[in-house]
This record gives sequence, structure tokens and C-alpha cells, in this order.
Amino acid sequence: MRWGEKPRGAALPDSVREEREPRLRGGGTNDRFPSGDFGGGDDSGSNEDGRLSYRDRLMRFRLGVGLGMISILMLFVALSSAYLIRQHSMVMTGHGNGVVHWQKLHLPPLLIFNTVLLLISSVTIEMARRRLVQRALLAPLADIPGIRQERLRTLPWLVLTLTLGIGFLAGQVIAWKSLQPQSAFAAGDASSSFFYLLTGAHAIHLSVGLLALFFALFSDLFSWRLETRCLVVDVTSWYWHFMAVLWIYIYGIMRFSS
Amino acid sequence: MTNSDSVKPPLIAIGAASAVVSNDAAGLLRRYIFSSDPKIVGLQYFFLALAAALVGILLSLLMRIHIIWPTAKIFGIGIAPESYLALVTMHATFMVFFVLTLAPQNAFGNYFLPLQIGAQRMAFPGLNMASFWLAFLSFLIMLAAFFVEGGAPISGWTHYAPLSAVPGAGPGQGLGLDLWLVSIAIFCVGSGIAAVNFIVTTVRFRAPGMTWMRLPLPCWAWFVTAFLILSAFSVLLAAAAMLFMDRHFGSSFFEPSGLVIAGQLVRHQGGSPLLWQHLFWFFGHPEVYIAILPGMGITSHLLSTFARRPVFGYRAMVYATIAIGVLGFGIWGHHMFTSGMNPHAAFAFSNLTLAIGVPSAVKTFNWLGTLWGGRLRFTTPMLFSIGFVSLFITGGLTGPILAQPTLDTYLHDTYFVVAHLHLIMGMAAVFAIFAATYFWFPRIFSRTMSEKLGRIHFWFTFLGAYATFVPMHLLGMAGHPRRYAQLTEVNYVHKLLPLQIFISIAAFVTMAAQILFLINLFWSIFRGNRSNPNLWEATTLEWEPLPAGAEVQRGAYEFGGNHNGKDFVPQAGLISRENKDEVGRKT
Repeated sequence: MRWGEKPRGAALPDSVREEREPRLRGGGTNDRFPSGDFGGGDDSGSNEDGRLSYRDRLMRFRLGVGLGMISILMLFVALSSAYLIRQHSMVMTGHGNGVVHWQKLHLPPLLIFNTVLLLISSVTIEMARRRLVQRALLAPLADIPGIRQERLRTLPWLVLTLTLGIGFLAGQVIAWKSLQPQSAFAAGDASSSFFYLLTGAHAIHLSVGLLALFFALFSDLFSWRLETRCLVVDVTSWYWHFMAVLWIYIYGIMRFSS
Repeated sequence: MTNSDSVKPPLIAIGAASAVVSNDAAGLLRRYIFSSDPKIVGLQYFFLALAAALVGILLSLLMRIHIIWPTAKIFGIGIAPESYLALVTMHATFMVFFVLTLAPQNAFGNYFLPLQIGAQRMAFPGLNMASFWLAFLSFLIMLAAFFVEGGAPISGWTHYAPLSAVPGAGPGQGLGLDLWLVSIAIFCVGSGIAAVNFIVTTVRFRAPGMTWMRLPLPCWAWFVTAFLILSAFSVLLAAAAMLFMDRHFGSSFFEPSGLVIAGQLVRHQGGSPLLWQHLFWFFGHPEVYIAILPGMGITSHLLSTFARRPVFGYRAMVYATIAIGVLGFGIWGHHMFTSGMNPHAAFAFSNLTLAIGVPSAVKTFNWLGTLWGGRLRFTTPMLFSIGFVSLFITGGLTGPILAQPTLDTYLHDTYFVVAHLHLIMGMAAVFAIFAATYFWFPRIFSRTMSEKLGRIHFWFTFLGAYATFVPMHLLGMAGHPRRYAQLTEVNYVHKLLPLQIFISIAAFVTMAAQILFLINLFWSIFRGNRSNPNLWEATTLEWEPLPAGAEVQRGAYEFGGNHNGKDFVPQAGLISRENKDEVGRKT
């Protein structure tokens, strides 16, 4: 398997034979009717033991997280368009001339460092994800006598991501504090209110990602199967990348719109 | 859950059969209260919406009394002018959020989406349960707003800035409005979760062979509505967060400089009250379609079932549903024609608004086309569906009038708007909810509701709705403004009092008729006649599930013809070798 290949259902031994490509009009694969020629979705998608196949679960979770991203994106589109509108909205004074109440905020340089942290964490979580996929792929080989599976460690990458994520949040807090004299928290000029609003909303959403990372890290405690761990890390990494892109978007708007 | 569940009679057997289920208290709790079974969650949503509707009706009762008799004392308590505004605010809030959003989409959707698409489960059962409990929590917080100091907020459900951002602007604008904002924020999150669940379920969990163009129309409506919820409620959440910051963290998103409220100079500066209106209506207008689209889907489904004809123009119906959903996001500005908007912008919003009449008209003509030449069965759900079409047309006709800035300038904030929105958004959607309740009740409780009581309920509600809201158009044209507590002393409004009295009486009668519905509902749950499976002779999978291992081979609306003495073929029906010629008949 090449690096970067997406984890397919075929990655997992027990569903290899039943996996089929999804059909155009359909809702996914269906293991139970291997000979049927239908275009629809699947009500069960389960293996013999009643669980959904890995691929079905993966697609379900990815779709769910993707839709969640639409929702979050709309939230930030609303906030950022409010930012842009507010930045240029002119207030008429009693004397018939317009005033724009907006002082450009000098963003703390620390934010650039934070951005770099977040981007690196995006890379590390991708490493974790790929490692885990490889491990899942090679899992069947471990059963063959005489073949010793090379230990592919996921954990360090996840720990690293978590650390970087927490570092980013800590950096944001420092940045908020460093703005204090300039802006008097949210009560200052609208530009600083928006700064706290946008970065705060992003931080809240990032914390959700951190929570998911915690779960993935301690998945041993919940005795999750390798498959479930793959799933959690996969969707968390998607979400994490989304958070990075969202941050670039927010930062770009605050930095360059004027 | 296994496949065999679908063959059994419905799981919910409250009443005589309830002894069968586990006696274990914890088991009962998991089965009926903290259940992740979409059927139970759907019912929970239904009863939550019912409770909210009762609260909303009670509030409107007080409003109607106050309008015709401002000095009346009910149980010794008079209604102060500001309390009237609180009634208006909370009536709208309960009805729009907890009835019109929850009942058609989350209540019936949860119960019947998985059944209609032949799925045995929802995509995220745990999240689904969470979404209900968030809605419930939100409901409790909203109710709590009545009981805190100052009472419920008074700035209308739209909470226009800047007054909504200043706690000192009136009673209820302090803690009451804070609770409102928190409640709605929770509601937004819960609805978003539910919407994700609906979409993933529809995309991934359709039965084999259930192609998109074989989906029953309610499923299409729930699917499109879920996208609307996903996008619109996020914007409301953003707006609510900003308003909250303005109220508590001293930011000035919505407050202009130099504002004096209640004799106090507000220290905010430079904010834009219009920004709130834009954000709010970007949510608020799609919300109208969130309320009505599932009703449209349910109506299409029921009209076809009881006219014994396939849905006229199935594909057109699907595309119209999508078109309404998409266009619904581009027309929020028509709520703001009088806000000093650039005339060019008003022109654009006006045209887009008029454009939404096209898919709406497609739907209306297709409903009439479905009825045309059908062998109509005038059951109670059919009556309510026809009532939906009637109210949708009546309420819809005033849409293009209000969509024109020149006319809207005159009619804005008058009873004309109240009449329009109540007919098309309120009454039509409520009729769809009633139709769905009467229609699916036998499937849920294995008993039937009384047809006789149902008919009486229909006629009272139908005529009552018209008697209440048609005169409101006249009030509006005469210039009677809305949202004022006491106008009986104003000269030109005083002359309209007889009309107001007529409206109030009509409203009281209509409200009283709802008692019939409640009696019918609860009596039938426990004592109703046992129903036959598929008593309406409907086609879709909730009545006749797909046999294990089979795939769907038919569309959802195969009515007409003669098939072993029946005039329909269930969607689960397989195409056998002998009648292969039937294949060509697919709708």
C-alpha cells in the first residue's frame, strides 16, 4: 500500500471478500446480498456477527463529520461576513457625514507561531492516521508464523498532535492576554470584539477535536477494537485538518481584510 | 436490531399490551425514556411538540382576550402591556421552534424515515437521543424564562437590536432574554445533530433497491429540510452568540453610538442594528421552509394514498422541493424592505421571492393533478391534507403581494403579515401535522383514532382557521399595526374592534376544537379500535416491510389497476415472472 492511500474496507481481513464498490444511485455496499444487482442503499450492512462492516461504519462516520463541518462552516461564514460588513459599515452622525467605527487591530505576532503549531499538528495527525491504517492492513500477517510484524507506532504521533493542539490553545490564551491593554477584552473596538469572537469560537471547536484525540489516545482503556480506533483517528484527523483550514481562513480575514 | 423486527407488530404498545415489556425499572427507563430507538425518540419529540403547542395556544388565548378586552382580569390578574409583548414573543417562540420545527421533521421523521426507506436503524442512535434531550432541555429553559425576575422577554421572537441588546430596555429583557438565548443556542445544537443523523441515514441506510427516485416524498422533504436546518441554525447560533456578547461582554456588534434607552446613555458605539436583522433573517427565512417542507412531503404522500393515484409529477415534486430549499436561502431580505435597504437590493430580493412562487406553484398544481380523476377517500387524514392545500394556496397568494417592496412598505408590520404567515406557515404546517397524526396513528399504536371526532375536529379547525385569519387581512389593509398591546383607544383602530372581536371568538372556537383532538388522541391510544395492518391500503414500507433479503423494485406510489382485487401494489411487492409486464408501469 502506498502512503496516502485511503483506508478501504478491504484493509480489514474479515470484510475483504464482501467489499464492493458503491454504486452510483445507491447508499453503499451490502454484504448480505453479494449476488444481487441493485442500486440502493443497505439497511443492515452487517457482517455475520451483526456489526456493520468497517467500510460502512467509516463512510457513515465520515459523512457525519463532513456534515458537521458544513454546519460549523456556516457558523464561521456568518461570523466572518458579519466581520466584513461591520468593518465597512458607516454610521451617519447628526451632521450628515459618515463615520466608520473601526480601528484596525494589531494582531499579536504570536499568532503566526500558533498557526505554524496548528499546521504541524495537522501533519502529525495525518502520520498517526496512516500508521494506524498500515497497522490494520498488516494485522493479518501477524497470524502467519515466522513473520514478525514491524511495530508501527501510532501513539507518539497522537501524543505529539495532542501536545501541539494544547500548545496552540495555550498560545491563543497568551495572545488574548497580550491584547488586553490594547482592547479591554471584547468591550473595546469592534475589531477586537470580533477577534475574541472568531478566535474563541474556533478554540471551542478545536477543543472538541482535542477531546476526540483524548478518546483516541486512551482507547486502550475502553478496550476498543483496532477497527474502532482506526475510525476514531480517521474522522478526528479529518476534523483536525478542517480546524487548521478554518484557522487559516479566520486568520487571513483578520490579517488581510482592510 | 435485526431484520425480523420489521415484521412484528409495532414495538410501541402502550396500554393493554404494555405488560409484555420488561417490568424492570431500569429496563423501562432505557426503553421508553433514555431510548435511542428512533421510534421512541420520534414519539418523545411528538409529545414535546404537543406540550409546546398547548403552551403556545394558551398564550394566544390570553393575547386574543387582551386585544378585545385590555382591562380584563383573568383570575384577578390583568395583562400589563409589557406582558402582552411577552405573550407575543413566547407564543411565536414555542410555536416556531418547538412545534413547527420539531413536530413535522423530528417527530414524524424519526419514526418514519427509517421505516419508509427500509432502514432498521438510524445512523447515529446515541446522537439522536442526545438531540432530543437537548431539545427537551432547551424547552425547560425556555419555560423557565416565564418565572425569573422580569418574566419572559418582550422583544418579539425576532429580538431586533438594539433594544434586545440592552438588559435595561424593559422587563424580561434581563435574565428572561438571557434564558431565551441560551435555550435557543442549545436548540440549535440539538437540531444540527438531528439533521446530521437524518442525512447520513438517508444516504447510507436505504434498503437495497431504494433508489433516490423511489423514495417516498416525505423522505425527500426530510432530507432537504435536514440540510436547511444544518445551514440555517448555525447562523442563528452565531447571531445569538454575538447578541449574548453585546449584552454581557460589552461588545458593540449591534448597538449604534449615542443610544439612549430608558433615560440612560448606552455606552456601546458604532454597531449596526441591521446586522442583527440580516443574520436573524438569514436563519429566519429558511426556518419557514423548515416548517413547511416536511408538511409538503407528507401532504403529497397522503393525497396520493387517498386519491388512489400515483403522485402527479413525482420528479417535479422532488426538484421543486430542492429548488424551494435552495431559493429559501436567497430571500431573507424581503423581511427588511422597510429597513432603509438599497432599492436595488430590495429589487433583487423581491424577484427571488417571487421566483420561489414557481416551485411552490409546481407543487400546488401537482397536488391538484394527483387529486384530479382520483377515487377520493375522504378520511380524516385526507381532509386535513386537502385542508393543507387549501390553506397553502390562500396563504401563498398573499406572498407575492408582500414580496413587492412598494406594497410591503404599506403592509409591513400590520395584521396583513400576521394573517399571511399564520395561514401559510402556521396553519398549513399544523394541518400537515394533524394529517400525519391521523394517518400514522394506527401504525404507531396499532389502534385507530375516531373518524367521527376527527371529522368534527377537521371542520371546526378548517373553518376556524379561515374565520380567524382571513379577517386579519382586512385589519392589515385598514392599517392596524401588529405587536401593540392596547390600541382600542386609537380612533381608526377603534372602528376595527368588531372585527377583532369576531376574530377572537373564531379563535376561541378553534382552540376549543383542539380539545376534541386531545380527547381523540389520548382516548384512542388506550381505548381505540384495534386497527388492521395497513388499514389505509398504503404502499410504502412502514405498512408492509420488505421481506428479508429482498430488494425494492418499485416506486413508492403504485396505485390504480387491479392486482388480486386491490388497487395498489406495495413498494415491498416483488416483480414476479408472471407479471413482468408490470415493470413498465413504474411511476
